[in-house]
Amino acid sequence: MYQYDKYDQAMVDARVAEFREQTRRRIEGHLTDDQFKPLRLKNGLYLQLHAYMLRVAIPYGTVSSRQFRMLAHIARKYDRGYGHVTTRQNMQYNWIKLEEAPDILADLATVQMHAIQTSGESIRNVSADQYAGAAADEIIDPRPWAEVIRQITSFMPEFSYLPRKFKIAVIASDEDRVAMRWHDFGIRIVKNENPENGAGEIGFECYAGGGMGRTPFIAYKIREFLPPTQILSYLQAVLRVWNRNARRDNIHKQRMKILVHDLGEEEFRRQVEEEFQNFLALGQDVPQAEYDRVAAYFAPPPFETGLSDEIDRSDPDFALWADRQLVAHKAPGYAIVNISLKPTGGIPGDMSAEQMELVADLAEKYSFDEVRATHAQNLVLPHVRKADLYAVWQALDAAGLAGVNLDLVTDIIACPGLDYCTLANARSIPVAQRIAERFADLDRQRDLGELKIKISGCINACGHHHAGHIGILGVDRKGTENYQLLLGGSGSEDVSQAKITGPGFDEAGIVDAVERAVDRYRELREPGERFIDTYRRVGFDPFKESIYG
Amino acid sequence: MADTGETTLLRFRDDAVPDEPAVSLDAFFDQSNATAVRIEAGDDVRLLLPALDRVRLVEIDFPRFRDGRGFSSARILREAGFTGEIKATGDVLVDLLWFMRRCGFDSFAPDAPLNLADVEIALNHYPNVYQHAADDAVPIWALRHPELNRGTADNA
Ligand code: SF4
Repeated sequence: MYQYDKYDQAMVDARVAEFREQTRRRIEGHLTDDQFKPLRLKNGLYLQLHAYMLRVAIPYGTVSSRQFRMLAHIARKYDRGYGHVTTRQNMQYNWIKLEEAPDILADLATVQMHAIQTSGESIRNVSADQYAGAAADEIIDPRPWAEVIRQITSFMPEFSYLPRKFKIAVIASDEDRVAMRWHDFGIRIVKNENPENGAGEIGFECYAGGGMGRTPFIAYKIREFLPPTQILSYLQAVLRVWNRNARRDNIHKQRMKILVHDLGEEEFRRQVEEEFQNFLALGQDVPQAEYDRVAAYFAPPPFETGLSDEIDRSDPDFALWADRQLVAHKAPGYAIVNISLKPTGGIPGDMSAEQMELVADLAEKYSFDEVRATHAQNLVLPHVRKADLYAVWQALDAAGLAGVNLDLVTDIIACPGLDYCTLANARSIPVAQRIAERFADLDRQRDLGELKIKISGCINACGHHHAGHIGILGVDRKGTENYQLLLGGSGSEDVSQAKITGPGFDEAGIVDAVERAVDRYRELREPGERFIDTYRRVGFDPFKESIYG
Repeated sequence: MADTGETTLLRFRDDAVPDEPAVSLDAFFDQSNATAVRIEAGDDVRLLLPALDRVRLVEIDFPRFRDGRGFSSARILREAGFTGEIKATGDVLVDLLWFMRRCGFDSFAPDAPLNLADVEIALNHYPNVYQHAADDAVPIWALRHPELNRGTADNA
């Protein structure tokens, strides 16, 4: 994976010094709270109900053992011994003291990590496929371009006070594992296969204007094929069109998706292309040589050859786990291991410092020193020899990390909700816990198959309820917590926006409603159909009838 | 620049201070002898480009520090080859200065005085930059590749 050189290190160190200075000016009263707020947000510090939250960037979800141990250290020293994996592959801490934040950032910098632009109206950490470099279906590893983009979007002067946040995702396969089209800007790396002029070269298919929140939009494809070395010009064109033309009078209408929608896809594209030509003419793009330098860090690890693809399945508990949590690796004899952070009754995405250290040890010993964070709030060991799987499973099992529920009904995405968040209308975590308890029986889960439930505690949609096969949205109804049920969303390559079923429910009622929807699916499904497939085939009404029947 | 005290005018140019008051974009086009223009956050600065050769000063206003439209306005002027003064006015805070300098601003007339010691620190935090802007800072990627001659189109 990528290693900082002296330049990267100096920039991150400078950022720590700058934030220390800004914090000092705040504490001494030279900065008002209003003036300080964007500065701390650009360093990942967000004020929640009880304390500051710190969001640490895990660029494109890739983290080394050494870095993961530092994340554990921070959990233990500055938080309450826990961390929380977010839907954008970052790590969040919920009990941070402002005066300690500069020290945390300094600790992070010692392992080439930071919290730069992880909150506020910034160009956020770049998401990428958690199986990058391991997936059998990828065209190239998307991370080198994600790293180039990370660097060029760090401290961009023209775009340092954007109308709102700006999120980028990069994938390189047909399957979308990061909800790319729910991002402000999405890249799918493609190969030019056009027989007319196809030289097999790599390009970017570009998407813009996606986002969740109170006005959800799925990103439009705005360019079929961008030469990758023009990405800086193109991104600046997109950002400039937005920065200059977005509304600034209503925070709820300032995301780029609103501008794309207001201008219309065609006009937005036209303006971007015009600005793109302007930037191209400046000749300021990052050359191929720099990409090559970065890409060398992502060279495949030295996979052993001649390994057996056999897995000893004699332990039935292990076999159950292996059937669910493993994904095909491109190297023979290796597997991708998914680690569930969704134990029944637990908080989705939470893990203890001890668990982090255990995973770091396993990565070091069995996975070429790499861990990945996923947008579904789980972890991945990307490169495990099949012969080592049993040992890995035993260690995970002993640490409470051998859950069997990847993409099943209990693999729930949930935002922090009213337990932490000042904006929340309702709690998300207890609803996730109740649903997980209701469906805890593994045979039942496996029978139901892939079913993605996503829960947000308010309309801001941090829990991705718009993209849930089943979505749950917390609302405030005359001062009490109430939950709306949504059906039919997807964050994958079959992207779609979920639709509200009707009147909301209380906490017990929403769990029952989910169960009724799921039971209806069992009655209606045809062989091989997932929940979402059945929903798409039969439509909304049969489900609505059962839910409100 | 002295490093103590406070100021409401910072200037990074050696030429004479333009003495003409800046007029609005509309007024500028009405007055054929005007040489100083004021750009509001919502103005399209590109309207000014055909007339740039008679402009000595462009003031760009920041009604609220969070409103970053002025950054684009300044950089567009520099991209068009403007070498006159670009002054940031309004809610100009010390933590914006480095970004503003990089976008081509070379003078600052903030509503609230800036502490000069803080200015000095804020402008010198970062040893390098990750990308081109309107200044002459060399991006880190170019420092990494001294073999590339930036005079040629190496990314064609
Ligand atoms: S969806 Fe709402 S409640 Fe949940 S984290 Fe986001 S803002 Fe907070």
